[in-house]
Amino acid sequence: MSNPLIERSAAQIARDVNARSLSAREVADATLAHVDTADSQIGSYLTVLHERAREQAARVDARVAAGEHLPLAGVPLAVKDNMCLTGTRTTAGSKILEHWVSPYTATAVARLLDAGCIPIGKTNLDEFAMGSSCENSALGVTRNPYDPQRVPGGSSGGSAAAVASYEATIGTGSDTGGSIREPAAFCNLVGFKPTYGRVSRYGLIAFASSLDQIGPFARTVEDAALAYDAMGGHDPMDSTSIDRPLETTATHLRSDLSGLRIGIVKEFATAGLGAEIDAVYAQAYRDLEALGATLVEVELPTAEHGLATYYLIAPAECSSNLARFDGVRYGLRVDGADVHEMYERTRAAGFGPEVKRRILIGTYALSSGYYDAYYVRAQKARTLIAQDFERAWKSCDMIACPAASSPAFQFNAKSDPYSMYLMDYYTIPMSLAGLPALSVPCGWVTPPGGERPMPMGLQLCAPLFAERPLLAAAHAYEQKTQHALKEKPAR
Amino acid sequence: MSNWEAVIGIECHVELRTKSKMFCGCANEFGGEPNTKVCPVCLALPGSLPVANKAAIEHMILAGLAFGAEIPAFSKFDRKNYFYPDMPKDYQISQFDMPVTQGGVVRYWLEDGTIKECRLTRIHLEEDTGKSTHAGSDDGRIAGSTYSLVDFNRAGVPLMECVSEPEMHSADEAVGYLEALRRTLQQLGVSDVKMEEGSLRCDANVSVRPVGSDKLGTKTEIKNMNSFRSVHRAIESEIERQIGLLEKGERIIQETRGWDELHGITVSMRSKEEAHDYRYFPDPDLVPLEIARGTVERLREQLPELPVHRFERYTGKLGLDAKQATQLVDNAALATFFDSVVEASESPKQATNFVLGDLSRLANETGKPVNESPVTPGHLAELIALVDSKTINSKIAKDLVTRMWNGEGSPKAIVQREGLAQTSDPAAVEKFIDQVLASNEKSVNDYRAGKTNVMGFLVGQVMKASAGKADPQLVNSLMKQKLER
Repeated sequence: MSNPLIERSAAQIARDVNARSLSAREVADATLAHVDTADSQIGSYLTVLHERAREQAARVDARVAAGEHLPLAGVPLAVKDNMCLTGTRTTAGSKILEHWVSPYTATAVARLLDAGCIPIGKTNLDEFAMGSSCENSALGVTRNPYDPQRVPGGSSGGSAAAVASYEATIGTGSDTGGSIREPAAFCNLVGFKPTYGRVSRYGLIAFASSLDQIGPFARTVEDAALAYDAMGGHDPMDSTSIDRPLETTATHLRSDLSGLRIGIVKEFATAGLGAEIDAVYAQAYRDLEALGATLVEVELPTAEHGLATYYLIAPAECSSNLARFDGVRYGLRVDGADVHEMYERTRAAGFGPEVKRRILIGTYALSSGYYDAYYVRAQKARTLIAQDFERAWKSCDMIACPAASSPAFQFNAKSDPYSMYLMDYYTIPMSLAGLPALSVPCGWVTPPGGERPMPMGLQLCAPLFAERPLLAAAHAYEQKTQHALKEKPAR
Repeated sequence: MSNWEAVIGIECHVELRTKSKMFCGCANEFGGEPNTKVCPVCLALPGSLPVANKAAIEHMILAGLAFGAEIPAFSKFDRKNYFYPDMPKDYQISQFDMPVTQGGVVRYWLEDGTIKECRLTRIHLEEDTGKSTHAGSDDGRIAGSTYSLVDFNRAGVPLMECVSEPEMHSADEAVGYLEALRRTLQQLGVSDVKMEEGSLRCDANVSVRPVGSDKLGTKTEIKNMNSFRSVHRAIESEIERQIGLLEKGERIIQETRGWDELHGITVSMRSKEEAHDYRYFPDPDLVPLEIARGTVERLREQLPELPVHRFERYTGKLGLDAKQATQLVDNAALATFFDSVVEASESPKQATNFVLGDLSRLANETGKPVNESPVTPGHLAELIALVDSKTINSKIAKDLVTRMWNGEGSPKAIVQREGLAQTSDPAAVEKFIDQVLASNEKSVNDYRAGKTNVMGFLVGQVMKASAGKADPQLVNSLMKQKLER
């Protein structure tokens, strides 16, 4: 059932479509056909956009025929369903938006389409991007393509599963505390969270505004770089988007790491993660060294407070961001005797337990009398964490550490919320500091009780705006190690 | 008059006049079909983000500078969280602890010309809400209605909130304060400040206390006042109500009261104030504002002469009375015309008389503003010089104003051309008087018999004989001399 066309990289597809040796229409048809047979087993998509994909393919073919060169011509795209696309259902994985059709398109998505991408569909996610396994989606189950008994990670699990199972070539994710990097690690992908403010958030349904950042999933570093180059850059519709020129990355990929100092974080020692996982990371660090990098030990003494800090700031912002889902203007409405009862019934029926938990935590943290003790202190801790990184950059150019503490786990394995929150232990500090970070495949482990080897991800993190050297380094590591190619999806 | 002193504070919401709304590109215009001036941002559709309107921020700085407020180098927007159906995001973007302006004083005047001051607690920038209409009940009230409709055209319009200290003590002062606020903001061009269109809305906090006490009494908040006249009536009525209760030994309940225009009383709206916790926090969607000193200085240079300063200039150096000064302050174009006349003629008294008298009358009659008439400040100054030098008398001057209004140009030229200069030569005037006295023997005898009121008739005859050109004062004094000889 494997079709060489759908397994091609975005770079190859775009090259062939631009050369007119392949049409976007052929790519769209092949991908849609694969989705139609495969996705019932995976569950990547909440909505498949057959017509929309074919229309866009025709538009891309016409533009190419007219002489335009499109950097992502004909590349099948999976869009996380918390990003708006005109005329499509945009649900955020929630009952409260189950039938909401967006009348506008998110900037990042619009830019990918303009670059030639074909929108295959809208992908599943943890409700409002709150979760690390996709299990918090109110609208569907997504399975890990490498083991259907296991989760794809989250919150951008649908996009990760789609790209991993060849149901798309690149995917969009949003990362608030690890929601791109963790599913990328779980699904044998490259997942890249750019510097906060590099990619416009306009049209991304907000979870935590000061942390949310859109980024790509891809099967290769080069594809991730191409997608980032297309979606990034200043947007006047987003005040927090950075008004400085985007440095393209795909044109500056490297094959060695000579001269690079890579920091290994003392506090992130992997010995406690089990011998097999520890060995994967030890090997990864040795591989970096073999590529010419110098390894140095760095300290992030405040990073251990990242989780507590994050679970005050993110819920605080979400408690306010999600207030608008009130049944008045759009989305689910459950009538009541008066407007207050309508609010209560609508939100009680529309939000799932994890969303409610975070709204409650955030409302509490912002309440008069608690604000200084929780929200203000968390902001101070956030500053300290960012300062840890600033100090680290004095002795290194990049940091390497795990993207997640384990490979993909089985469904219902993390029923206690705190154990789920711990999945983001290695990714949250970078989010709080706004830093660019990515996950790149770094090896395979067979989890206890598992039958198949599951992928692990190496996280690389760079200073603010250092996307170009970051992707260049990841590319060098990927080209040398080729971990991603060692296993195939289960189906 | 009474043993009680009222204490009043005023809270205003002023819609700023900008092309677009506060955080999106929708038109900022009054009215229109419901929900036609809306977009994903002001409807708070999922994923939309606010972008602050620079013009609105500059309007705030201008207003702040006009009231002598500080403009800090750093400011930010905060979210004020509460659920309300006409507030799309269920939070309002507002400013909590770091508004664009800090402090400030409103100087205002009363009808008798007394200048007063009231300090501002705060001015900050926020966004307006939509508008709810309650349907299915007889009176449009929410009670008994079966459904509500919301129009979001107004949602997101930039709104300035301006809160005064409780430093006013009468309805006159409260209205004086509001008038000064309205005049200033209008003159700055930052708002239409029309109560009837809702671009100016105000509530009053009223309490009373024994004269001499420095403790504040229990206050009530008065809402639903739709004109300055309602504000005046509502405050007077509320003061009276509170004093009545206190004199009966009863207590004032802290509550919100609505002004009932028809019955002329305030009526309790909510006695149990909901304890709101707005959970303010900095809006993470908006970057903090850094206000360059250069911007502040540029705006400071743009400040026009403020109404209160103009009022003080007119009533001070120029010697106008409070009513005249107010009339001019309220008509900026006329005041500018007036200032040019004063500058050219150096006779503010005559300038006032002509501008507020004959010219304003002609403007009223013809519906054409003075500054758009053919009368130039230079011509009026000429006319005043002719009067001052006694070249013409006031009757001729009055005729000339009308002719200038009709476009006949320089009064000096008319006077020269038509020989309208008044006759101030005693010998010539005496000749006219002798003529009149000789042909009115009866009147002369009456006068000498004590009927001195015939004097007016005789003077009139002399004026007539001189074709209006004789200097009336000279006629008077010479006539008197001759009659009493």
